[in-house]
Amino acid sequence: MTNEECKKAVLDIIADIAPDEDLSNVKPDVRLRDQLQLDSMDFLDIVMELRKRHGIEVPEADYMRLASLDSCAEYLTPKFNALAAKS
Amino acid sequence: MNLPRIVITGVGLTAPNGNSLPEFRKCLLEGVAGIGWLDVRYMGKLLAGVCHFDALRHQKKKEVRVGTRAGSISIWCAHEAIADSGLLFETFPKDRVGIYIGCTEHGNVETENEIYAISKFNYDTKYWSHYHNPRTVANNPAGEASLNLGITGPAYTIGAACAAGNLGLIHASQMLRLGEVDLAVCGGVSESIHTFGIFAGFKSQGALATHDVPAKASRPFDRARNGIVVSEGGCLYTLERLDDAKARGARIYGEIAGYGVNSDASDYVLPNPVRQAECIRKSLQNAGLAPSAIHIVNTHATATTLGDIQECEAIRAVFGEGCPDTYINNTKSFIGHCMGAAGALELAGNLPSFDDLVVHPTINVDDLDPACALPGLVLNAPAKAGRVDTILNNSFGMLGINSTLIVKRFVA
Repeated sequence: MTNEECKKAVLDIIADIAPDEDLSNVKPDVRLRDQLQLDSMDFLDIVMELRKRHGIEVPEADYMRLASLDSCAEYLTPKFNALAAKS
Repeated sequence: MNLPRIVITGVGLTAPNGNSLPEFRKCLLEGVAGIGWLDVRYMGKLLAGVCHFDALRHQKKKEVRVGTRAGSISIWCAHEAIADSGLLFETFPKDRVGIYIGCTEHGNVETENEIYAISKFNYDTKYWSHYHNPRTVANNPAGEASLNLGITGPAYTIGAACAAGNLGLIHASQMLRLGEVDLAVCGGVSESIHTFGIFAGFKSQGALATHDVPAKASRPFDRARNGIVVSEGGCLYTLERLDDAKARGARIYGEIAGYGVNSDASDYVLPNPVRQAECIRKSLQNAGLAPSAIHIVNTHATATTLGDIQECEAIRAVFGEGCPDTYINNTKSFIGHCMGAAGALELAGNLPSFDDLVVHPTINVDDLDPACALPGLVLNAPAKAGRVDTILNNSFGMLGINSTLIVKRFVA
């Protein structure tokens, strides 16, 4: 998985948990909370959906790594690829 | 004691056969039921009353996703009632608004959904939603309405089984009389059809209706009745003290005349006609009215064999044969049993009688059970009444909670 594919996977999740938001111009280097109406429960949703859809665990200590699309990609892409390598 | 008079100034509702009072009333006068087939988890297609309001009129998509069905019903009804009241709500002090919503139960839908969801993950509870607790707290339906409308006064639910809709109005009247709030948004809601448990429970109890024709399924007082049709719905009113309503020139649907609430203290599920009659008498005493002064009795009857007979026994004990101006009807024959919403919805369906002097019927009575043959029972077609100045609304619930509410024509 590439970083761009990883960002797309995260955006797909956000589209479901924040269905009123326009996601066409999300800036990858800006904190998600600074450009979208997302609260702490929504971030727990992102964590839950990563677990349910992709089998990826994000420990609480790493929640900050999900702050922006860029940081998501940096943190999650290796996890996606490690899972793909296992299967 | 000289208590402030309380009046109804707005109605917001969703019923299986209408999303506004005019729509609902039209169906009640034209004999249009709202029962259909619903696919219920683990059980297949069952008879149910489903509401079809547009939740997105008053909620964002995210609110619908995060919240509950009961919350959506409450929000719909609250918005519609406030709009109907003509209040300038934007400038109304929100800390002076109370939300009092009757519920039969709450949280079963969300709990069943979560258990089903984690069943797909080998029942690993790490997949259990972090929304479970805010969704299932008993105050959820009122709390969601307070969030959506920015109401900062008291907002909570009243658990009173199927007597709860009436209790919402009764409690609101009390709070207004105490001066706790200046506007009450009150009534009842139910989302019960989204849980299999209520259907399975009634089925195990031998109290779930079956019929080949959905519109004929809910048939109180008919000899062939065979149980309850479970429905969802909601009805919330705006209640105000008369002086406040008059000061702003509000349209007044009717005045709270009196009420009675008591408990059977005799069985988990079986009704008790002696206590029901006591409840009705308490309401009459509270209203200062004789039985003969009641023009419409809206029955609770749910189409169970015993329950219908026992309520008729209670009504007969109070009204006897000496009330020629008293008409008796039933709204569940159209919409099934809307549980916590039942009392509030059924009252709403009768309020227009103050204006049109027509009493909506009890439909689906092809073969009247002689044990239910009350004088004044309006069967299958509307009746034109000489006068309608009072409506007495019965709602009874499990664990023996009884409520009777009387609303009268507003006369300045």
